[in-house]
Amino acid sequence: MEITVRGLWTMIHGMGFGALYLMACSGALVELYRRYRSPLGPEIKVDDERFLRIYLTAMAVLAWLTVLTGAYIIYPWYRAVPPPGTADLAAFPQRLLMSSPSTAALHSIGMEWKEHVAWLVPISITMAAVVFSQYRRSLRIHPELRAAVLGFVWASLLAAGIAGFFGAMLNKNAPVAGGPIIHVVQGEQK
Amino acid sequence: MSNPGTSSTPQAKLNPNGAGAAAVLAAGIGSFLVAVFAILADKVAPIKSLMNFYKPTGPLSGVTTCAIVLWLAVWALLHWRWSWRNVAVGRVTAAAFILLFLGLLLTFPPLADLF
Repeated sequence: MEITVRGLWTMIHGMGFGALYLMACSGALVELYRRYRSPLGPEIKVDDERFLRIYLTAMAVLAWLTVLTGAYIIYPWYRAVPPPGTADLAAFPQRLLMSSPSTAALHSIGMEWKEHVAWLVPISITMAAVVFSQYRRSLRIHPELRAAVLGFVWASLLAAGIAGFFGAMLNKNAPVAGGPIIHVVQGEQK
Repeated sequence: MSNPGTSSTPQAKLNPNGAGAAAVLAAGIGSFLVAVFAILADKVAPIKSLMNFYKPTGPLSGVTTCAIVLWLAVWALLHWRWSWRNVAVGRVTAAAFILLFLGLLLTFPPLADLF
């Protein structure tokens, strides 16, 4: 079993940071909704509050890692320009997608949307993490702030979902691959 | 911004909502700026070349860097102005959600292409 360096980075970006962020969203939404909806709710333990603060901060770190690896490591490989006369476009995903009318929209809509909308995720979740860290249980007496934090986490889930969906579609039709090969496991030949 | 519509409990007065409102509004502005810079870089050739901060990534590097830097600057400024007071957080939140919604919409290429 082997994987190319570019394929590995794409996996780290999408299945590592991105997918982990998407999964983490539901936990944050449930906790923020359940525990902070009413000033008369049950007592919140200090440990639980610390956990949610660390959880949201970790989500913000994941979101930044996702967009930064996407924009500065994978995207340059995606948009690489082939030398004139190149017939095999497998190593040039953007050009490969644009070479066929059936896949061109994956770049012109999918990638163009994904590359920008993804940046709303770290902005939203960084705000949510900072506001939660600052107010903690007093979010219960600031319902508008609590609603804003919840709303922005929902928006980050939507934006991350859009980016993730198109990321998967792009990778299915024109994977970013190439570079040195890493041999993961040597199988037995029969 | 003045106080109408803010929480008036003693706890709310001890822990004013200004810092939170500043963060929320700045996030809305930051989200909107991503879309605005993306449209400008797509439609105006000189801006497109100006946004080419890091050649392998192309104009996306400038678009996102400018939006992030401005977002943080706006956040710092609003925090400095509001952090010790209560503001009309309902209105601030509404404005932030509108900007966030516009940011989501305007990053969608078929809508961005209308400009």
